[in-house]
Amino acid sequence: MTGYLSTRRDVLALGSAAAGAALVAGTSGLVTPAFAQGLAPTPTMRGGANNYLPGAPIVSRIGGGGFWMTGTVRRAGDGAPLPGIRIQVWAHTTEGREDDRHSHGATLTGPDGVFRLEMPQIVPIFGQPHGHLAYGGQGFRTVFLRPVMPSARDTSLSAHFVLQPA
Amino acid sequence: MASFRAWLIWAGLGLAIALPVAIAATSPLLAWRDPVYIASGFAGMLALGLLLVQPLLAGGYLPGLPVGPGRLVHRWAGLVLVAMVVSHVLGLWLTSAPDVIDALLFDSPTPFSVWGVVAMWATFAAALLATLRGRLHIPPRVWRVGHTGLAVVIVVGSVVHALLVEGSMGVVSKAVFCLLVLVATAKLVADLRAWTLLARRRSAAASQSGQP
Repeated sequence: MTGYLSTRRDVLALGSAAAGAALVAGTSGLVTPAFAQGLAPTPTMRGGANNYLPGAPIVSRIGGGGFWMTGTVRRAGDGAPLPGIRIQVWAHTTEGREDDRHSHGATLTGPDGVFRLEMPQIVPIFGQPHGHLAYGGQGFRTVFLRPVMPSARDTSLSAHFVLQPA
Repeated sequence: MASFRAWLIWAGLGLAIALPVAIAATSPLLAWRDPVYIASGFAGMLALGLLLVQPLLAGGYLPGLPVGPGRLVHRWAGLVLVAMVVSHVLGLWLTSAPDVIDALLFDSPTPFSVWGVVAMWATFAAALLATLRGRLHIPPRVWRVGHTGLAVVIVVGSVVHALLVEGSMGVVSKAVFCLLVLVATAKLVADLRAWTLLARRRSAAASQSGQP
């Protein structure tokens, strides 16, 4: 009788196949067909929502300006640029604290999905020079970003959103 | 001659602590900060400064303060250290509560906050151990290993926390001061040979049973 003898080689082969399958399943993240082969949505960053001010008004500039917050907004999956998306920006700047009302402002993306908002110089607070950005509208899932400036001397900072339809 | 040496040591210690604080006081960042946040930062710096004083007191290394009186001052300095740590965290809380809540819950995006929070809890634990030592009749061996172990956690946690923070302190003066804290702590731990107490327990028990 030729019974099935399990060899170490079999165990290794089976094990690596299982590990490979687990790796593929684990790293693909959201296994939603629409996004499976496209651009993945941007996850909210830890601490991103701190001192968020719901409904901050759209402004042409926050305070005196001199610093530029820039970025793009695209749709998850196909990566299409999203125009008219409202992005709120806030930070601790030379003109105010992060939780000050006047440190907040919002802007809309252009036809190319690009946004640009002038604001006062960001200064290090809580150990890092960082900004906050939020998308909190309808149609897409809410995303909060908290990018850190490579250098406190930088006069611009950019952050990019890939939004997932709600 | 001896008094001149003593004077030199005290002056050096004073300068070592005062210089980084003085440099921080000239930081342009202070112009864009509230008094509460500035006070919070300096409370943190003074707490860091005490971390140099504490091992020197505990080891009886300072002139005029041998181990006995040194440890009495060490106890009071420990109380001030706890007060400074509490002031530091409280000031940060008043400046931006959500950031402090994230840090305390170990959910902060900034890696340095974890080191700071661990050092904070170790500070409280070391102080609590010192307070309850007599009341709970904590054996000397447990006390020595526990308090020294917590002190090492406090020092390492605080030094990493301070070095990773981009704040009002000068980069060089901060690094040099942190090095002094590490050296003083290492010297004390080496002199106390606290870790041998862990091994000595077994050999002491063995030799005791062999004694008549």
